Amino acid sequence: MSIDYLGQPVNYDTEFETVIGLEVHVQLATDSKIFSPAKSRLSQDGSVAEEATNANTTEICAGHPGTLPALNETAVEYAIRAGLATNCQINLRCIFARKHYFYADLPKGYQISQFDLPLCVNGFLNIELGAEGETTKRIGITRIHMEEDAGKSVHEYGYSLINLNRAGTPLVEVVSEPDLRNPEEAGAYLRKLYAIVTALGICDGNLQEGNFRCDANVSVRPKGSTRLGTRTEIKNVNSFRFVEKAIEYEAERQRQVILSGDRIVQETRLYDAQKNQTYTMRAKEEAEDYRYFPDPDLPPLVLDSEYIESIRNSLPELPDDMRDRFVKEYGITRYDAGVLVSQKSMARFFEESVSVEGGVSLAKTVANLLIGEAARLLNEGGIDIRASRFKPEHFTELAKLISDKTISVTAAKQVIGILWSEGGTITAVLEIVEREGLKQVNDLSSLEPIIAKIILDNPKQAEEFRAGKDKLIGFFVGQAMKATQGKANPAMLQELVLKKLKEQ
Amino acid sequence: MQELKTIRQIHDAFDSGVLTPSDLTRNYFETIKSSQHNAWITLCERRALQQAEELTNDLTYKHGGKVPRSALPLFGIPLGIKDVLTIDGVRTTCASKMLDNYVPPYTATAVVKLEAAGAISLGKLNMDEFAMGSSNENSAYGTVLHPTHSDRVPGGSSGGSGTAVAADHCLAALGTDTGGSIRLPASFCGIVGMKPTYGRISRYGQIAFASSLDQIGPMTKSVEDAALLCQVMAGVDAKDSTSAEIEVDNWQQTVLETRVSDAKGLRVGVPQEYFIDGIDVEVRNAIEGMIQKLKDQGAEIVPVSLPHTQYAVSTYYVIAVSEASSNLSRYDGVRFGVRPPEAMQAANLLDFYKKVRGNFGAEVKRRIILGTFALSSGFYDAYYRKAAQVRRLMRTDFENAFQKVDVMVSPVAPTTAFKLGEKSKDPLTMYLTDIFTIPASMAGLPAMSVPVGNDHQGLSIGMHLFAPRFNETVLFKAGRIVELLAGGAK
Repeated sequence: MSIDYLGQPVNYDTEFETVIGLEVHVQLATDSKIFSPAKSRLSQDGSVAEEATNANTTEICAGHPGTLPALNETAVEYAIRAGLATNCQINLRCIFARKHYFYADLPKGYQISQFDLPLCVNGFLNIELGAEGETTKRIGITRIHMEEDAGKSVHEYGYSLINLNRAGTPLVEVVSEPDLRNPEEAGAYLRKLYAIVTALGICDGNLQEGNFRCDANVSVRPKGSTRLGTRTEIKNVNSFRFVEKAIEYEAERQRQVILSGDRIVQETRLYDAQKNQTYTMRAKEEAEDYRYFPDPDLPPLVLDSEYIESIRNSLPELPDDMRDRFVKEYGITRYDAGVLVSQKSMARFFEESVSVEGGVSLAKTVANLLIGEAARLLNEGGIDIRASRFKPEHFTELAKLISDKTISVTAAKQVIGILWSEGGTITAVLEIVEREGLKQVNDLSSLEPIIAKIILDNPKQAEEFRAGKDKLIGFFVGQAMKATQGKANPAMLQELVLKKLKEQ
Repeated sequence: MQELKTIRQIHDAFDSGVLTPSDLTRNYFETIKSSQHNAWITLCERRALQQAEELTNDLTYKHGGKVPRSALPLFGIPLGIKDVLTIDGVRTTCASKMLDNYVPPYTATAVVKLEAAGAISLGKLNMDEFAMGSSNENSAYGTVLHPTHSDRVPGGSSGGSGTAVAADHCLAALGTDTGGSIRLPASFCGIVGMKPTYGRISRYGQIAFASSLDQIGPMTKSVEDAALLCQVMAGVDAKDSTSAEIEVDNWQQTVLETRVSDAKGLRVGVPQEYFIDGIDVEVRNAIEGMIQKLKDQGAEIVPVSLPHTQYAVSTYYVIAVSEASSNLSRYDGVRFGVRPPEAMQAANLLDFYKKVRGNFGAEVKRRIILGTFALSSGFYDAYYRKAAQVRRLMRTDFENAFQKVDVMVSPVAPTTAFKLGEKSKDPLTMYLTDIFTIPASMAGLPAMSVPVGNDHQGLSIGMHLFAPRFNETVLFKAGRIVELLAGGAK
């Protein structure tokens, strides 16, 4: 029996293509909530851990009868920034609508959002693809609309408890076109959007706190088809890597469903990171009718183009521009620059590290250390570089020590590991190098006897090398490194080994 | 005390020392407590007496025995507040079982402004549940009786306010008007009821029924007092984005300066669509009689047409119920809405909502269901969107007509106060009670009911006056002329 999907026969040899559209909720870093004077932004990094339950509420965000929303102008400005930075058209007249559904953490029984006539439409952003980011793809942005967040439900001790601190927090929802074709593109899009909203200063960017949450709409189709398959929506995944993995899993699941002759059900699914699979949350068939209608408590938001232009003119440097500047100013690769600017704090940290005299000559090394060892530790620890013990001067100093051959790159990584747990002032770097004995041995006279001994101890390998087995040089260098506990300057070592082998 | 009818007369009595705010407040509580009208849901006696005592002391020690009329224009004036408006710490029920235990943590802007001007809030007045009704028979706290005819309704939804002012439980009251809820009870009870332009008075703290129509307004014994209360409450409020930043005039002064002779040259529109069959003959005679009096005084009587009037009631009942279904979503038993004991045994969240929301009264349920239907996807375009379009046409009708006239007049309702139970089984007939008041609501116009006579049973007949948006000045002027011609407040 043959199986048809989207009007064409499919089988296990059919090449499928994934079609992905992303909806990202970006929490705006305004001081107060979107429709109420209650405190919204709890600390610079968006952490709410120290806030007492329901402490940041007024009668408005708690939805008391008789209260009315009053729009926060800063939230509008931030949303416009997001729209301008993603090449959107800003609607000079937009409308707030009520979206109705019953849930315990939605105090009014409706969420104020935008439906017809959102603030921003028809934008795009460019993502870089390939191992070195060598190709660029344009991803359409359908719309960016403003809305309020709901509260948080906590299910504990057999009770459902509600915390309204988050209720009324301003959000923008950024809706992409279904232009993404694989998990890598989705990841690149999310990282780029994240870099933009954090560079704009409109989002604190704390993923753990849900400052930047993603829903992915995923469908598959035979490659070449122009029709869209039935899509599922994967809700609320708050790590870029998990979004990629969830999409990968979901696309394969859908392919299997189709090839087994079943039907894809349009539904909302959740991703279980531990099991790396998605599962049904609720089928769309039974989903609510949101009964959108214009909120009669909020007149249409009318803006003038002068205001929009003043915001456009005050936009900070955007990640793509910053990346190009880094390449030009510091001579680092486009790829490295791209990684650095993907996080505003990292980009700034980098610039501070190389803002010393002669810093430009250190830039490449600093970039490598930051992107490599430092980023690895930060990712593991799940914290921002500004929240870590690292200081820009640490990296300036390390790069200097590498460039004047005092330490090797390997040793520098060790120092970074120690700074990660100990921190310290600028002098800490040298202290650690001294304490751990990480200085490179650059002294020929101390190396010569060591190498001589190795050659003597391994006559067979020495003989083979001389007979033309060039690769064995690595063996001798390795042995010598081992004997010097990695402190030898590798370039110097290699030269010396060659010389000695030929002599002895 | 009975003869003291207006705020100015009370202030004169304070000045002469024959009366203090404390005396007045205590007297009113006595009247209220001995009354059988069921006009009040909650009294704030301690709070009110404390306010009154402070004002009484201030009068002697701070103001030298003279009422500071310009700084505190409502000094020592006891008011009733419709139970749809919040007062911090005072139970606010909206005459619904759902809010039986609701104590708001904040005070409505209108009440804040009145109290800041020296007014004393005696308590919370009965009404139709969530302001939905035309007879005040929809209250979870029982029907309010007509002030003088105990077999009659006071009109709704501000029925408690109408009866309380007419039966002298207070000097004036606040009502709210969505489709006629101030004007109808004012007409039935024989007092002045005024609905300002939509956006004139902040709705902050007015528990919403239909947000695009709701408006707070005064219910008083005279046009002058209505003007005074209105000017105290009016003005833009940062907490209400729909409140208008338009200058507030001294309307009390307008009223004081108005003479019967000012009718000369006033262009009074008579919309032909409002003088239809089915109007009680005594009502028609009273209104036409007043129109003749205006003409006799030199007013120019101009027949006008408002062609979309016939759609008013049906479009109103689409828009109002749609907004109501949304506004009443918050009474889900989580934060707001009483949880009956059986709700705690609910099988799941849906069952919980059913057990909680089942406690709305029948009329409220009817409107929530109608509104939910009208907003449903697939029906929205046919109902809500269409109604919004017709509403715009109705506004245009008024704009066109007001090119030719300064003010328009009509009956407030086709009949005088009807009997208890007479219409409560037939929602459609009940809805038609508001046929003359709804259009002005749909267009957001300022409108007023002024008593112009009684029928043979002694039941009051109100004349309905309405003016262009934000032209309260001409409305108060015309209302004062009508009041004088009817032999009302001096």
